[in-house]
Amino acid sequence: MISVHGLRVRFGATVALDDVSISVPAGGWTALIGPNGAGKTTLLRSVAGMIRPAGDIRLADRPAGGLSHRQRARLIAYVPQHPQLPPEMTGLDYVLLGRTPHLGYFAVESDADRRICLDLLDRLELADMAGRRLATMSGGEVQRLVLARALAQEAPIVLLDEPTSALDLGRRVDALELIDELRRERSLTVLSAIHDLTLAGQFADRLVLLRRGRVAADGPPAQVLRDDLLSEAFGAGVGVIRTAVGELAVISHRLRPGGPGLPA
Amino acid sequence: MRSTLPGPPADVGGAGRPAEAAEAAEAAELSEPAELSEPAEAAGQPAAGRRRGGRAVFVATAIMVVALLAGISIGPAAMPLSAVVGSLAAHLPWHPAVAVPSIDSAIIWQLRLPRVVLGALVGSMLAGGGAAYQGVFRNPLADPYLLGVAAGAGLGATAVIISGANPALLPAAAFGGAAGAVALTYSLGAGAGRAGEDAGPPRAAGTASILLAGVAVAALLTAAQTYLQQSHAQTLQSIYSWILGGLSGATWNQVWLILPYVLVSAVTLLAHRRLLDVLRVGETEAGTLGVNVARLRLVVVIAATLGAAAAVSVSGLIGFVGIIVPHAVRLMAGPSYRVVLPVSMIGGAAFLVLADVAARTVQADTEVPIGVITAAVGAPFFLFVLRSRRPRADTS
Repeated sequence: MISVHGLRVRFGATVALDDVSISVPAGGWTALIGPNGAGKTTLLRSVAGMIRPAGDIRLADRPAGGLSHRQRARLIAYVPQHPQLPPEMTGLDYVLLGRTPHLGYFAVESDADRRICLDLLDRLELADMAGRRLATMSGGEVQRLVLARALAQEAPIVLLDEPTSALDLGRRVDALELIDELRRERSLTVLSAIHDLTLAGQFADRLVLLRRGRVAADGPPAQVLRDDLLSEAFGAGVGVIRTAVGELAVISHRLRPGGPGLPA
Repeated sequence: MRSTLPGPPADVGGAGRPAEAAEAAEAAELSEPAELSEPAEAAGQPAAGRRRGGRAVFVATAIMVVALLAGISIGPAAMPLSAVVGSLAAHLPWHPAVAVPSIDSAIIWQLRLPRVVLGALVGSMLAGGGAAYQGVFRNPLADPYLLGVAAGAGLGATAVIISGANPALLPAAAFGGAAGAVALTYSLGAGAGRAGEDAGPPRAAGTASILLAGVAVAALLTAAQTYLQQSHAQTLQSIYSWILGGLSGATWNQVWLILPYVLVSAVTLLAHRRLLDVLRVGETEAGTLGVNVARLRLVVVIAATLGAAAAVSVSGLIGFVGIIVPHAVRLMAGPSYRVVLPVSMIGGAAFLVLADVAARTVQADTEVPIGVITAAVGAPFFLFVLRSRRPRADTS
């Protein structure tokens, strides 16, 4: 669904991405992991068309460079890490923004567009938010609202940049479960950057570990979440343990041995 | 996970929302002013924003009609309202037979009406252009003069006045100066935003450099204008009075001259009202939603500039309207451009017509510069609105 080949991005003298090639199969959930500055967000922004890197990007077997803004927005919905939220906008009006790529240049939303957005609000348990202003909503409500806006684009690919960074642990799992349900319901292809390695391993079917702008590992979670790979990428003692129910959990070791909480 | 509504569908977002009671209490201080908050309606129905927008347009239109009638009726020779209405009605097909003295009819049709109509067109262009500039640059201090319209028009007008050329050329020179200044600003600023980035955000870096280029171009042209003005001291009076702006000497010819620009500008800006709302989430996100931000900005700037340049060419530099009217509209009717753009245009027309009435009546023997009135009346009014409403500087 997404195919990236030989991607290079430089910001001045800094190399953000260096010869990155990945391919994201349709219908799956691929997570980008890696330390700060490894290039996760830059890769997402390149795929989303927000920056124009050197290299090839193909979306649904079409070269991304030849797509208009509208065509691209019908293929890819992007959920930014820090969305700008006009405080006076109502929930429904905000979700209706997602209909933009389906509207003519001078058109306004039809009743069908409103129906789609109201159904999405309903599906994401935001029906009460339709007439509420964004300024009065909680972090979890806003996060689902931004997701609703992305889904209103009805694009087969959804890119998520740290979708849960503003949420507490319980809400984080809720949000990722919701994304996973929506992915199955709507046959979406999801590519996301996730900071939390344990959650990444639980929800994504494929992980891409980035380090200094290069792909350090690429495969199913069990192949990528390895002590040696993670320790090298993150430059710290990282351990992977298997829980009683067989899930992988990633923990960090203290730099000074002997502290409390160190695994035996 | 499908949620169920807490009440019958008609109650969505309405008053009876028990689940929200606690949050509502918590948000009470932030909530909309009572007379403006309306419940969103159930699925498929127009939401509150649309109804409020319709009401704001209606109220603004009513105020504008009153302003137009007042503008025709009030003056050195007071025209009774019956004469005004009768004289206007006499030009309708199948008009009622109303006897209006021909001298009154001449004053109304040859003096008052062109002046009032011209003022309405100028006011709508300045206020509508201001709202559009604020939206496209996402800057609350933007007004239609931002990118050099005032400085360019001033230079053009000054050049005609000092050269002693035919005064009939003055509007064309002012229009050309205004449009040329914005074209210069835009080409310099948009180019600067693009240069020297390996993989920067596509064309989105332009806004700040366009604004800065506007400051520089305006300073340069103002310097040239000031130099010309000072080196021809004998024309100082007429240059200065042009710069202060005004509608005295308005003719139907001026109305017909600017009407095409006004119509093109107004229709184009209104057609972009939804895209300006999309831009409220920022240029980057608007881009991912399928908006070609660079093209949107260029088209809106061209449309707003055509309108502002046309306005300036016949009225001189009337300040204050382009900033104050859109913000007053935002404070009273919310920040959606679907409301702000049309209501600013209508409200700007009403405001300028009323300001012109004041300009020609407060002093018996002479006219007060209209810019003095727009500031002296507009500033206290705006401060009153600002204090009586919750401040909402949401130009985003």
